Amino acid sequence: MAAHTIHFEPDDRYNAFLKVCKTPTHGDGKLAGVAVAVKDNISTQGIETTCASKILKGYIPPYDAHAVSLLKTAGAAIAGKTNMDEFGMGTSTENSAFGPTLNPCDTDRVPGGSSGGSAAAVAAGMVRMALGTDTGGSIRCPAAFCGIVGLKPTYGRVSRFGLIAYANSLETIGPMAKNVADVSLLMSVIAGHDKKDTTSHDKQYNHTPSVDIKGLRIGIPQEYFGKGVDPEVASVVRKAIGRLEELGAVTVPCSIPSMEYALAAYYVICTSEASSNLARFDGVRYGPAVDTKKSWHAAYQDARRDGFGPEVRRRIMLGTFALSSGYYGKYYAKAQVARENVRKDFARLFADVDVLCGPTMPTIAFRLGEKSDPLSMYLSDILTVPVNLAGIPAISVPCGKVQGMPVGLQVMGRPFEDERVIDVAYAYEQGAKP
Amino acid sequence: MVTEKDVEHIGELADIGIAAAELATFTGQFNAIVEYFDILDRVHGEGLVTRDLYNVLREDEVTPSLSLEEATRNAGAQEDGFIKAPRVM
Repeated sequence: MAAHTIHFEPDDRYNAFLKVCKTPTHGDGKLAGVAVAVKDNISTQGIETTCASKILKGYIPPYDAHAVSLLKTAGAAIAGKTNMDEFGMGTSTENSAFGPTLNPCDTDRVPGGSSGGSAAAVAAGMVRMALGTDTGGSIRCPAAFCGIVGLKPTYGRVSRFGLIAYANSLETIGPMAKNVADVSLLMSVIAGHDKKDTTSHDKQYNHTPSVDIKGLRIGIPQEYFGKGVDPEVASVVRKAIGRLEELGAVTVPCSIPSMEYALAAYYVICTSEASSNLARFDGVRYGPAVDTKKSWHAAYQDARRDGFGPEVRRRIMLGTFALSSGYYGKYYAKAQVARENVRKDFARLFADVDVLCGPTMPTIAFRLGEKSDPLSMYLSDILTVPVNLAGIPAISVPCGKVQGMPVGLQVMGRPFEDERVIDVAYAYEQGAKP
Repeated sequence: MVTEKDVEHIGELADIGIAAAELATFTGQFNAIVEYFDILDRVHGEGLVTRDLYNVLREDEVTPSLSLEEATRNAGAQEDGFIKAPRVM
């Protein structure tokens, strides 16, 4: 299969890559010879995979993630592993143990996160396409901040086998590229059933994007243009939606009342799942070795204090707290109710409209170091987390600029209607061309 | 209100290893975040989460898997084909 080799030595001045594969091999297929970058929380056989964490330094996966196997079967060349917030925990790629990635549009600003390395590698033209992962906006946020296209597929549409788990009820692997056609092409390679993932659905993706959106009903949730959303960003996105109307779509004002609780619910659920998923990192089976002469708890605590960064430790502790005796009912159980309310709100709206549109992020990319306290960073995820709570597909497509920085239009769709959000993004992209 | 003692206890439960110098910072951040989480007190509704897949179990067939060498290659300490861990007792 791997009959050919490409040469890949990018000028990575943005710290987008943690590992570059200079001479990757590839076979034939619809991605024959295409260099694809892979986020560093997706397992690649024989290529170091660290999740941008010191605790996995030196870890060489003995197998490929299912999505990576599919890439190889399609002829893609694995170009390297991209930088990210440690274990996917962040919105800026500043939480990497190996230094932040810089935004190619303005190197004083963050590329967004947590798939910031993948977004920067695509935006800077180092690779044509990349895989990211999205737990609470980690594909769409960096796509918006770097001016590229990123799809968060429906939960279950792309196998999570080999994705190193952070919050497994929320996260998914997804495609990132400069244009909608390439995102669609990459999606056609990675989507489909995998028996090794019990949440995987048998829904292939064999779609050719269409620009026809005549009569399409677009809901405009008021919450996506409300408090906390930069008016300039809102104005650019409203203009983009106006363009979709000119192309034949019909807009309908609507509301998602459950959004008030979505962010808190998201952070309770993701930290709870993280506290369980990250318990496996004990320095025994992988990563730098623990001192086996110490007692179990002492060795374990030393390894995790030295191996995890502050945000990861904070989230593991928050999750442990939310699940602990006496607090479970107040936090975790309530968060599950709030999650179900979000899902019901989306289901109610999708009975009337085909897609929902709004900004991907409430602001343009912030400056490096600008958001130093954790809660203010969390609040920037407000427009992306509802999609993960409901498991629906959503895409971010560039729709203009504010202060010279890209703004993303977010299109959200019904479960398993990834094709439709692709079409709306494609119609906008093609229709907005000068 | 989360106290430094609470954070210390959670740190123990999570085996996260908190240094004394970190306690105050973590406690302050914890309080700000948990205060934000308190908005969930106002949530009402059914907690029954709907799922559209049930009993997704494959047939228990023996298929090729990792060799012993591949499965243990990443372990820092090994002995006689086993992974060596710190003592529990």
